[in-house]
Amino acid sequence: MFHWLEKNPFFFAVGVFVVIAYAGIVEILPDFAERARPVEGRKPYTVLQLAGRDVYIKDSCNACHSQLIRPFKSETDRYGMYSLSGEFAYDRPFLWGSKRTGPDLMRVGNYRTTDWHENHMLDPTSIVPGSIMPAYKHMFNNVADIETAYAEAYTVKKVFNVPYDQPDMPKLGTWDEAQKAVLEEAKPIVEAMKSQEVKEAYARGEIKEIVAIIAYLNSLK
Amino acid sequence: MQSSNVINYDYSVAKLFSYAAILFGIIGMGIGVFIAYQMAFPELNYLAGEYGTFSRLRPLHTSGVIFGFMLSGIFATWYYVGQRVLKVSVAESPFLMFIGKLHFWLYMVVMLVAVVSLFAGVSTSKEYAELEWPLDIGVVVVWVLWGVHMFGLIGIRREKTLYISVWYYIATFLGVAMLYLFNNMEVPTYFVAGMGKWYHSVSMYAGTNDALVQWWYGHNAVAFIFTVAIIAQIYYFLPKESGQPVYSYKLSLLSFWGLMFVYLWAGGHHLIYSTVPDWMQTMGSIFSIVLILPSWGSAINMLLTMKGEWGQLKENPLIKFMVLASTFYMFSTIEGPIQSIKSVNALAHFTDWIPGHVHDGTLGWVGFMTMAAMYHMAPRMFKRELYSKKLMESQFWIQTTGIVLYFSSMWIAGITQGMMWRATDQFGNLSYSFIDTVTVLIPYYVIRATGGLLYLIGFFIFTYNFYKTMTASKAIENEPQHASPMAA
Repeated sequence: MFHWLEKNPFFFAVGVFVVIAYAGIVEILPDFAERARPVEGRKPYTVLQLAGRDVYIKDSCNACHSQLIRPFKSETDRYGMYSLSGEFAYDRPFLWGSKRTGPDLMRVGNYRTTDWHENHMLDPTSIVPGSIMPAYKHMFNNVADIETAYAEAYTVKKVFNVPYDQPDMPKLGTWDEAQKAVLEEAKPIVEAMKSQEVKEAYARGEIKEIVAIIAYLNSLK
Repeated sequence: MQSSNVINYDYSVAKLFSYAAILFGIIGMGIGVFIAYQMAFPELNYLAGEYGTFSRLRPLHTSGVIFGFMLSGIFATWYYVGQRVLKVSVAESPFLMFIGKLHFWLYMVVMLVAVVSLFAGVSTSKEYAELEWPLDIGVVVVWVLWGVHMFGLIGIRREKTLYISVWYYIATFLGVAMLYLFNNMEVPTYFVAGMGKWYHSVSMYAGTNDALVQWWYGHNAVAFIFTVAIIAQIYYFLPKESGQPVYSYKLSLLSFWGLMFVYLWAGGHHLIYSTVPDWMQTMGSIFSIVLILPSWGSAINMLLTMKGEWGQLKENPLIKFMVLASTFYMFSTIEGPIQSIKSVNALAHFTDWIPGHVHDGTLGWVGFMTMAAMYHMAPRMFKRELYSKKLMESQFWIQTTGIVLYFSSMWIAGITQGMMWRATDQFGNLSYSFIDTVTVLIPYYVIRATGGLLYLIGFFIFTYNFYKTMTASKAIENEPQHASPMAA
C-alpha cells in the first residue's frame, strides 16, 4: 500500500491529511459548547476594560505574565482560587500566557490598587526592588482606543451573543451612550491617580492607555 | 545518476530564499540575543521608547526566526531539493518559475509588513500567530503559492516514486495550512461595527476553547515547521553529502506515518493542569511519550546511515553539523516528553526550562540543519567550492558551546524557579515572595544571553563564509557528486 501511495501524490496527500486531521476533530469538537459556558455571575468586560485589555495585548504583557492559576496549594496561596473554565467564557482571545517571568495576574484586582499600578508602571523597581519588568511610561502618553474597544464589544454581542444590555449585565448601548459610560467609569481611576497629564487629558475627554489598562487589571478577580 | 547530468536545474528561487534565510536569521537571532540581555539588564528596555521593550520585541524574535529564518530555509531547500528528487527542472515550466518568484516576493512583502505591524504592537496575542487578519490572508496566499509550486512540480515529474523528503514537504504544506487556518479564525470588528481600527479582529473562540485551538496550533506549528520540514532536509542532504544510502526504508516509513499519526495529539501537553478537560491533558501527556518512537526512529535512521563511515566526521564539517543536528533532535524529543509527564510539568510549566527546551531543538537541530543544507547547496548553486573549512570548524565549536551554555543555564534556572515557587516553611507558608524567584535567576540569564551571543557570532561566521563562497571562492567545473568541495 505504501509503495502505491508513494507513486500517487494525490492519494498520498489525502492520506496524510486524514491522519493528521482527525486528532483535532476528536480533541476539539466534543464539548465545544460546554467549555464555552460562563460560570454563574460572570460578566463580560465593559468597553473601558476591553480597551485596557487591548493595551495589555498591544504591549504583549502575556509574554511574561500568565492568567491561569493551577490547582496547587502553592499557587492558590500565592494567587487565589484556581481557575475555572467558565471564568474565561468572555475572553477572546484567551490570555493564559506560557511563561511566568512575572507573577500570575488572573486575580490581580483582588490585591493591587490603582495607585500601586500607577507607580509600578512608571517605575517597577520603586515598588518591587530588583524587578526586571520594564517601565511602561508610554501608556501615560498614548490615548486609549475606545472606538475599537466599542467595535469589539459590539461585534461579540452581535456575532457571539455575548449578553451585553441584559439585566444585571454591563450596558453597551449606542456609541454615544458608551462614550459617556466610559468617562464615568474612568473617573474614579483618574481621581485616584497622581499624574497631572492624565487628569488634564481626562478633563479634555481623553482616556490615556494607563487608565484603561488599570481598569482592566482592577477587573481581574 | 545519468539524468542529473542532463537536466539543468534552476536555482534562482533557491538562491533568493537562501539570502532571505540569512537576512532573517541575523535579524531574528539578533533580537533574540538582545531580549535575552534585557532579562539580565533591564535598562536595555529603554533604548527605543515603547518599541524597544522586551514585550514588544519578543513576538518579533519568535516570528523572525520561525517564519523568517526557518521558513526561508525550508523554502530554499524545497526549490533546490524538489527539482532534484523529482528529476525535473523548474526551468522546464515558465509557469512554475513565475509562481516560484511570485512566492518569494510576496513572502518578502508579507514579512516586511509583519515586522512593522509587530513593532507597532498590532497583535492578536496568540503565540506564533500574532499577525492580524489582513496579514493572515497574505500568509495564506503565500502558502497556497508554495503548494501550487510543489504540486505543480510533482505533476510534471520524471521520477515516479516520491522520495522520503517529498513526503515530509507535502506533510509540512498540509499540516501548516490546516493549523494556521483554524487557529486564525477571527472576526474583523470593523466589518461588523463599522468603526474602530479596520485591521482589528476578535477571535472566533473564547477562553478554554481558544486555548485549546491555540496550542493544537502552537505545538504543531512546531511539529510541522521545526520537525517535519527539517526531517525532509536531512533525508536528502545527509545521504547526499556522505554518499551513503538511507539506512532503512522501513524505518523511514514507520517514522513518517507514526509522526503524522501521533504528533497532533500531543498539543494538550501545553495545557496540563489548566481548565481543559482532564482526558485531553492525559492524552497530550501519553501521546507525547509515544512520540519518542517516531522521533527517535528518524534520528536513528539518520545516525545509522553513517554506519561504517564515521571517519567522515573528522574530514567533513558538514557531516558534523548534520550528525550533531540529529543528536540534538534526539535530545529535545526525549526532553519534551519528560516535561509532558504531569508531575514534571507541574514543576516545569511557566518556567525557563521551557524556552531552554525549545532552544536546544531550534538552535541545535533546526539551526544546524538549515546551515548545513545551505553549505551543501552553495557549491552547487554558485559553482564554486566552499570558501573555508577552518571557519566552518570554528563556527561549529563556537555555536555548540553557545547551545550548551543556553540549555544548561535554562535547566538550572527553570528548576530553581519551579522549586522556589512551591517551597514552604515548616508551618506550610510559602517561603519566597515572587521577586525572590526572579532575582535569583539573573546570573543564569547572563549565561543564557552569552550562549545566544556565541550562537549569533557563529551565524555571522556562516554568513561571511557563504558570502565569500558566492563571490571569491575557486570555481569548480563539474558538480560534486557527494562531499562538498571546500578550501582549507
